[in-house]
Amino acid sequence: MTIPAQAIRHKYLRHNKKFPHVWCPGCGNGIVMAALLRAIYRMELSKDEIVLASGIGCSSRMPTYTDFNTLHTTHGRALTFATGLKLAKPSLNVVTIMGDGDATAIGGNHFIHAARRNLNLTAIIVNNSIYGMTGGQYSPTTPFGSKSTTSLYGHIEHDFSIAELAVTAGASFVARATVYHAALMDKLIEQAMRKRGFAVVEVISNCHVQYGRRNKLGGAVEMLKTYRDNAVTVKKAEKLSAEELAGKITIGVLTDREMPISTEEYKKVRQRANEAEGEL
Amino acid sequence: MISDLENKRLLLQGNEAVAYGALAAGCRFFAGYPITPATEISELLAAELPKVGGTFAQMEDEIASMGAIIGASLAGVKSMTATSGPGFSLMQENLGYACVAEVPCVIVNVMRGGPSTGLPTCPSQGDVQMARWGTHGDHPIIVLATSSVEDSFSITVKAFNLSEQFRVPVIILSDEVVAHTRECVQLPELKRIRIVDRIRPSVPPDWYKPYEGDNRGVPHMAAFGDGYRHHVTGLIHDEHGFPTQKENEVLHFQNRLTQKITRGFPEIMMTRNFMLEDAEVAVIAYGSVARSAYKAVEDARKQGTKAGLLQLITLFPFCRSQVTPVLEQCRAVLVPEMNMGQISREVQRVNQGKSIVVKHNRIDGNFITPQELYTQLVKL
Repeated sequence: MTIPAQAIRHKYLRHNKKFPHVWCPGCGNGIVMAALLRAIYRMELSKDEIVLASGIGCSSRMPTYTDFNTLHTTHGRALTFATGLKLAKPSLNVVTIMGDGDATAIGGNHFIHAARRNLNLTAIIVNNSIYGMTGGQYSPTTPFGSKSTTSLYGHIEHDFSIAELAVTAGASFVARATVYHAALMDKLIEQAMRKRGFAVVEVISNCHVQYGRRNKLGGAVEMLKTYRDNAVTVKKAEKLSAEELAGKITIGVLTDREMPISTEEYKKVRQRANEAEGEL
Repeated sequence: MISDLENKRLLLQGNEAVAYGALAAGCRFFAGYPITPATEISELLAAELPKVGGTFAQMEDEIASMGAIIGASLAGVKSMTATSGPGFSLMQENLGYACVAEVPCVIVNVMRGGPSTGLPTCPSQGDVQMARWGTHGDHPIIVLATSSVEDSFSITVKAFNLSEQFRVPVIILSDEVVAHTRECVQLPELKRIRIVDRIRPSVPPDWYKPYEGDNRGVPHMAAFGDGYRHHVTGLIHDEHGFPTQKENEVLHFQNRLTQKITRGFPEIMMTRNFMLEDAEVAVIAYGSVARSAYKAVEDARKQGTKAGLLQLITLFPFCRSQVTPVLEQCRAVLVPEMNMGQISREVQRVNQGKSIVVKHNRIDGNFITPQELYTQLVKL
């Protein structure tokens, strides 16, 4: 299916929002936003039924530009607001967009519990390995040894692997893409949104301004090329040893499993509560 | 079920009355985290909400509880959470969000001794100023105090009504004594209870400005999914809901936020008078301490002291117009509290030399008795 880019822009971007956006030239956030809009376009969802909720950070500014029901929450808390929305009105199609620091540092607790709770939500996490908006401090996904404004002499902590964390925490669907693999990304986002259960898509993205520059990784183009060269599919990764996988980015669907979702289970709770009431 | 309880005499504790009040007010979403001495509110709503088509969620912490009730309210459902001091501290972040994004919701804080883990099973009134100023930045907020089981029901209904009417979070301050005392109450007939719902937009979606105040300064509120797509943010925003730093737009927003509450003073400020008409000395009290004050005033009258009581139901905005006449009339005013003087400083601020303000404070985890107030009263 060919996707008319202009039609998507006209349909989904807010005509009454004062542009320009806050993102730096070459930022991966725009690629993620376009992939999300393509997925929504293909799914033929009504704009009224979609909620796009975010936390705080560069990628979390995305809802401001898109013409859905949009919610820009507090730092790390997007999933808590989304949980309330979804439980109160299960007919809404709720997508959250968060950064790596937002989702796994300040919002880490909410993230693992949302995965465990298994509501029918989609979480897109744009992982650029740094706190970009505040000027380049290390985040939970900054690699060991990297430089940031708060690890000038080399980072001494180890990084989270967000997708694997989501798998362990119990998410129904977990996938990973990079901003180089834009076509794959929108397919994964579509799969995640169609999935009944908590679905996570981690997108490895470039912050060449705050992260790339300090670590001599080049500009946006060079960083994207690195993603191209280091990405291995889930299938291929299965055949590689741990040493061979070092420094690689596994892309594709990491897990896709069926589990009861809480909004459906709560309907049964209501039924059981009323039956118990009848017995009294 | 709540509908089976109307018009019946029931032996309830304060926490249960809060839960029933919420159900009567139309609350259909509750999110919370277990904490002493507020847990019974969660337990009762976990049992009752599913019966009326509502939803109960136990979250991973109080930060998440506060986030969840804001989310549910944005979906158009009346929402509440309940906690005690330590949990209330965690809620301050998203409480500020509810203030700035003008999301109606009710937060119950059953106060226990603090600071920190403090005295989990002892009564206190130590969170009064935190309820007013706990979240950062200037913000409007309404704080109500309950003093009995009957109050706990009616004040919870009132809290929901004010919250919906002004699009502001309303905090109910209860305390361990009110929460766990059992009293016989008769719940009113449900259809006789006045219920206020937020005003939804009547204009077509294209005309809708989600943060344009009406003549009261309160914007009309569409629920997510109703066709009025709009943006909600914790950033200071213009009438369309989009972030702004233009000083005229920022100022307009901040002024409206404050003024919507100022204009509502007559409806928000609630007090009770007891034997105040000819009083020469008075007690100004709230919460469970007001219960002791009623008895102390009666006893002082018997002894010949012309005593009276002003019970504050609304703590914030502070009831200046009700407190001032008492200060003008009485030669001395006693302000007893289970803290080091959190409302007495408000009374002193209003006093400006009109009367003598005497504090009576207790922070040892014990309740203030009628006897100790009587002793203070007759000395005034």
